[in-house]
Amino acid sequence: MKQLTPGFADPVLDAQACFRAILEAMSRPGRIQRIAAHITPPAPLCTAAGAALLSLADADTPLWLDTDEAVAAWLRFHCGAPITGDIGAARFVLSCGPAPSLAALDIGTDEDPQLGATLILQVAGLIADEGWRLTGPGIQHEHHLRVLGAPADFVSAWARNQALFPRGVDVLLCAGDSIAALPRSVMIAEG
Amino acid sequence: MYVAVKGGEKAISAAHTWLDETRRGDTALPELSVAQIEQQMALAVDRVMAEGSCHDRFLAALAIKQAKGDLIEAAFLLRAYRTTLPRFGASLPLETSRMRLRRRISATYKDLPGGQVLGPTFDYTHRLLDFALAAEGREAPATPEALADLAETPRVTEILAREGLMQREALSEADPGDLTREPLSFPAPRPVRLQNLARGDEGFLLALGYSTQRGYGNAHPFVGEIRVGHIGVEITPPELGFAIDIGDIGITECQMVNQFKGSRTEPAQFTRGYGLVFGHGERRAMSMALVDRGLRARELGEEADAPAQQEEFVLYHSDNIEATGFVEHLKLPHYVDFQSELENLRTIRRTAEAELREAAE
Amino acid sequence: MTEAGYNFAYLDEATKRMIRRAILKAVAIPGHQIPFGAREMPLPYGWGTGGIQVTASILGPADVLKVIDQGADDTTNAVSIRRFFTRVAGIATTDATGEASIIQTRHRIPEKPLTENQILVYQVPQPEPLFRLEPHRAETRRLHALADYGLMHVRLYEDIARLGHIAKAYDYPVMVNERYLMSPSPIPAFDNPKMHQMAALQLFGAGREKRIYAVPPYTAVRSLDFEDHPFRPIRAPQACAICGSTTSYLDELVTDDAGGRAFICSDTDYCQERQAAPKAAAE
Repeated sequence: MKQLTPGFADPVLDAQACFRAILEAMSRPGRIQRIAAHITPPAPLCTAAGAALLSLADADTPLWLDTDEAVAAWLRFHCGAPITGDIGAARFVLSCGPAPSLAALDIGTDEDPQLGATLILQVAGLIADEGWRLTGPGIQHEHHLRVLGAPADFVSAWARNQALFPRGVDVLLCAGDSIAALPRSVMIAEG
Repeated sequence: MYVAVKGGEKAISAAHTWLDETRRGDTALPELSVAQIEQQMALAVDRVMAEGSCHDRFLAALAIKQAKGDLIEAAFLLRAYRTTLPRFGASLPLETSRMRLRRRISATYKDLPGGQVLGPTFDYTHRLLDFALAAEGREAPATPEALADLAETPRVTEILAREGLMQREALSEADPGDLTREPLSFPAPRPVRLQNLARGDEGFLLALGYSTQRGYGNAHPFVGEIRVGHIGVEITPPELGFAIDIGDIGITECQMVNQFKGSRTEPAQFTRGYGLVFGHGERRAMSMALVDRGLRARELGEEADAPAQQEEFVLYHSDNIEATGFVEHLKLPHYVDFQSELENLRTIRRTAEAELREAAE
Repeated sequence: MTEAGYNFAYLDEATKRMIRRAILKAVAIPGHQIPFGAREMPLPYGWGTGGIQVTASILGPADVLKVIDQGADDTTNAVSIRRFFTRVAGIATTDATGEASIIQTRHRIPEKPLTENQILVYQVPQPEPLFRLEPHRAETRRLHALADYGLMHVRLYEDIARLGHIAKAYDYPVMVNERYLMSPSPIPAFDNPKMHQMAALQLFGAGREKRIYAVPPYTAVRSLDFEDHPFRPIRAPQACAICGSTTSYLDELVTDDAGGRAFICSDTDYCQERQAAPKAAAE
């Protein structure tokens, strides 16, 4: 078996700092945050996606992923998250390849919309202040975000997800050590 | 000019020092040891373990000492400690027919396998203050010993069930859930209800159980059996794959036998109310069994309009740590909301007075 | 230095993760109450355990914490909570609203407008805004799912019919993002307008009731009212006896046994800053 690369150097404080970056991203949709922790997850997992899962996933959160066994083994070891083959039963869905349909994920119920899954979508790059026009809670006027390598039909798929509110899926966009969030409450228009 | 009280920090420190001083009381008297509390206030220790939901006699006794004998405060100390402990796993179900009994009584059969064992009980004592106890140093008399019957003691409810007269509980291998990890949601499954009752406030359970006997809930209970004693706890560590004994705990189990008229799908039979608590706690186990049966009203297709049958009401108000916290929080400053009420009341009165004046003119 | 034998900020990491996941979903669904497995804290239920668990889950060594109760930093419970976090997290604390990155509060929102670099954590005794009208939580959950808030509108309208205006003076219900009816916690209605489009993130923790909810920054928070009876925040119509403010929320003090009253700012930091300001300008 190949040696696993380490997780957070300081599991308590790195997880806290990473969570705060994600909280900031989720609170101000489209604003790009940096993950400061130095980790080297197995390819193709990027720092931001790896750190997000180290911070949030554990034995209580079934995880679906589209990567190979090396990533699965790393996440199983460091998070203890049970890996599921049923995407509809996952709390966290990790996509490093072609993105799964948002409609395939758990969207929660009207009484328990918080059961809607979180999609960690690894993309090629995130660029601030251009591209998509984002409006909604967390945004004073408009935020702009360009997502390199976003799925082709993402904006229309997002509109369908947004229409389900308060049910729906929340997305963490990850590229390198950058992270931005799309909570289900945000509206996206092509920029 | 009056300004807001300063020096809160100093006041808190001084208050805590004073508390320590009053805890000790008259220093001319010897200090109580935790071991003395554990041995001589054993039923208080049992109650604190039950409501603190942590079986550790030493810690419960320590908590009682720290809380100056306030048992709810002691249970709170134990709970707050309990939450910081790592969780190793779940124990295997306890097989209470294998308990080492100190006491076992049935109110439904005069004699039965295993016999009636009276044990150390207040029952049939005359409640006359024993002034001899005020004189210290008296040796307690030795209890006459009888040979123990080492055979397993079958449960009364099982004797009835074999005859088809007692409803059998459905066996389940499902994870029973954990009240301390997941918030309550309704309807709550019976394992969660029982967890809630097992650590509920004894006074609250007693009053609710009592109410079911007085017509609020239509109970016709018989004490099928109460057993008090010790039992080994086993866990199966995944790395071993077989069960190991991790120690003994003291428990009290009560099975209440209740009438059930039957329904379209089930014949008339007895149904069970169940109580299981840490330590020697008969009042608590019996009350729990009465309330458990009350809470089963809906699933048995009975009317459910009495307080003891209302799941949300019972389960949300049984916990004395939550209850005491919220009742006592009224001691905290509320000047801001009170001020808003003052202004509100003044406005309402001004409006009403103005209207009266207008009407008079 | 932090207390030996306990994790940073007291809670174990699994509990923090559980609470952090709840907080993120709360932010994604503004105003919706998320059930969470609240833990028993070493402070009593009803004394801020929900706020403490939220603060403990977000707090890091870079944070500066301010704790207020009734607007003041020196009220006993605020002192106790601040002491708790100094003990278990060893973090810096402040009385100055402007210097804090996290402000935990009971019953007030500071007078000084909060910024994007701050998080306001509310202690919530009763997260369910409908609880006096419908005590069964199974039923209120259903009403929230349907966004059926007729009960509350009827209740407020009855006030108007009987008293000529809405008689709720604190814990005045709000609509968040025009979807969820939310309890703002027992802050005076005077503070409600500050919640609307606030630059800071607002998090709410109810420990005993085991619920977490949130209002993201720049989110619409509307106090319920009627067109012909618009919402109006109330304060005592006096000026602060110390700093002279005529716009801040005031505490009423009883100065003697003959009906004597004095009014001073409930927000002690705001009051002190105003007292210091003229001096600084003069120097």
